[in-house]
Amino acid sequence: MNEETFEIIDGGLLTTVQDTGRYGYQKFGVPNSGGMDLQALKSANILLNNPIDSACLEITIIGPKIKFLKKTFISITGANISPKLNNKDIPMWQSIKISEGDVLEFKELIDGVRGYIGFMGGINVEKVMGSRSTYIPGNIGGFEGRKLQAGDILKSFCNNHINDMHLRKYKPLLYGHQHEIRIILGPQNDYFSAESISTLLNSEYKISLESDRMGYRLDGPVIKHIHTADIISDGSPNGSIQIPGDGIPIILLSDRGTTGGYTKIATVISTDLSKLGQALPGDIIKFKVITFEEADKLTISEREVLKSYEEFANKDEDKIFNIMIDGELIESNYTSEKIYSTKEKLPSPIISNSINLKTKIPKSGHEFDFKLEYSRKKLIDENKLN
Amino acid sequence: MNTELKFLSAGNQSLVTELGNTINNEINQNIRALTYSIEKNNIDGVIELIPSYRSIMINFDPLKLCILDLKKTISELYLNLKSIDLPEPKTIEIPTLYGGKQGPDLEFVAKNSKLTVEEVISIHSNNIYPIFMIGFTPGFPYLKGLDQRLSTPRLKTPRISIPEGSVGIAENQTGIYPIKSPGGWQIIGRTPIKLFSPNKLNPFIFNIGDNLKFTILSNEKEFYEIEEKINLSKENSI
Repeated sequence: MNEETFEIIDGGLLTTVQDTGRYGYQKFGVPNSGGMDLQALKSANILLNNPIDSACLEITIIGPKIKFLKKTFISITGANISPKLNNKDIPMWQSIKISEGDVLEFKELIDGVRGYIGFMGGINVEKVMGSRSTYIPGNIGGFEGRKLQAGDILKSFCNNHINDMHLRKYKPLLYGHQHEIRIILGPQNDYFSAESISTLLNSEYKISLESDRMGYRLDGPVIKHIHTADIISDGSPNGSIQIPGDGIPIILLSDRGTTGGYTKIATVISTDLSKLGQALPGDIIKFKVITFEEADKLTISEREVLKSYEEFANKDEDKIFNIMIDGELIESNYTSEKIYSTKEKLPSPIISNSINLKTKIPKSGHEFDFKLEYSRKKLIDENKLN
Repeated sequence: MNTELKFLSAGNQSLVTELGNTINNEINQNIRALTYSIEKNNIDGVIELIPSYRSIMINFDPLKLCILDLKKTISELYLNLKSIDLPEPKTIEIPTLYGGKQGPDLEFVAKNSKLTVEEVISIHSNNIYPIFMIGFTPGFPYLKGLDQRLSTPRLKTPRISIPEGSVGIAENQTGIYPIKSPGGWQIIGRTPIKLFSPNKLNPFIFNIGDNLKFTILSNEKEFYEIEEKINLSKENSI
């Protein structure tokens, strides 16, 4: 299904379609793009049981005004820009039922920079080079390669379980105006003296007005090079802190050029890129060097948080059903993509097999025919029997 | 004997491997070979590679791949570089209409080089240019091999908009603008070939290590004929 879902009445400051980014084309000079705060974007999708990399709207500081053309569910995460549905306040970080004709708009910015609006099924625009993300300087992806404006009509992938959706809530995140940003030194930290590195680590930097999806220029003490700011052009990592000849740091972000000819003193770790996505011009940044081991721990705990959201989202009574195999009761969850069992017990003495089954979801009464394929390791005892 | 491999830290999801610190053919050949070898090995957790003049940036998923294991794998592949079966680079023809309104700076380049316009065209279209890097904008090739006689400084004031396909010279480099963009290169001609077609099956017509050969179009009619043919075709070159 592929129906017109919403119309833009007012585009706001900068509203674009973004997913988790475009990968595999940087070697041809195409930036990753994608949401600047991927934690919030992924959360918006989890709230709707969407595939985690589905396309959302990224809204910036001044939100859009949107009219819905059909019933659906949405979720709003990330920056708090005072969302209102039909002039009434609505909560963020949960799924919200939408009726045809509803109007969503945003008022004053309370916290953060970028909000994400998830749509059930995800926004349906043509994929360009494997992604739905908008890259405005290259005029590719998203909706006609540009920011949204009044009159644009967008579609979303529909989902048949519209009446089965339950409202789900998370604890909202708060971003604030002081950010500790963790970094790993390199790739070109050897172009700087110990004194310059100490300046970077012990100073406060203010995000300047010259900040966008390509990168943030920082105001603060200048970082001096030992000899030169110029290198033979090489790849620009996401979150790398570039120090050009004038010594003013620039953090390179989602829409950054793929390569560059200036030194990069350090690189922001993956988990703190989302924090930067919510940092406003005027906010204060302090850098802190961490080790690879610490970065790994943070990456794992970030994944655990998203996983716990997913588990929470899946706690939907209508989606739990029981199946019996050889008298063994197995509680199972149904999601749009897969059926999986929460128990791993399988009947003995079968080692691998498949069975055709029928099951019924208790509340909604939906019936399913499905094939269960299962297998397990052979036990030593069974080898003897053979 | 290969030069020594050097790893540079680049955060927890990128690793830079440097094969030297100069721009030359040998290093760039090794970059191409190592890039090919890493891609061919389909290392689980490697997301994408960004090869440049003398280094490769490897972006990876830190949840799937430990950086120490990645370094070890790359070092092993580098040691075995000579034994890989590397495909021959392609040579791609770039039919170009030199001068006129498509190449407004051709006469300045000739004057600056103390050559005639015909000599500039002949010298520029005679060389074969290897692609050492792609970057800056989608599909922008960094070419090696401009004849030193054609070296010309950039425009004092960059143009606000240069049409896609424009062929330019800046100092000792020559290149092609894949998309309409601002720029300060001396524009000597334009090709109807599309270097970047985001919606076609193959958005790009070349890879790092391939060669470009400029050929001469004699008039606007030929230019528009090729342009029309490309617009109608599923492919983006002739």
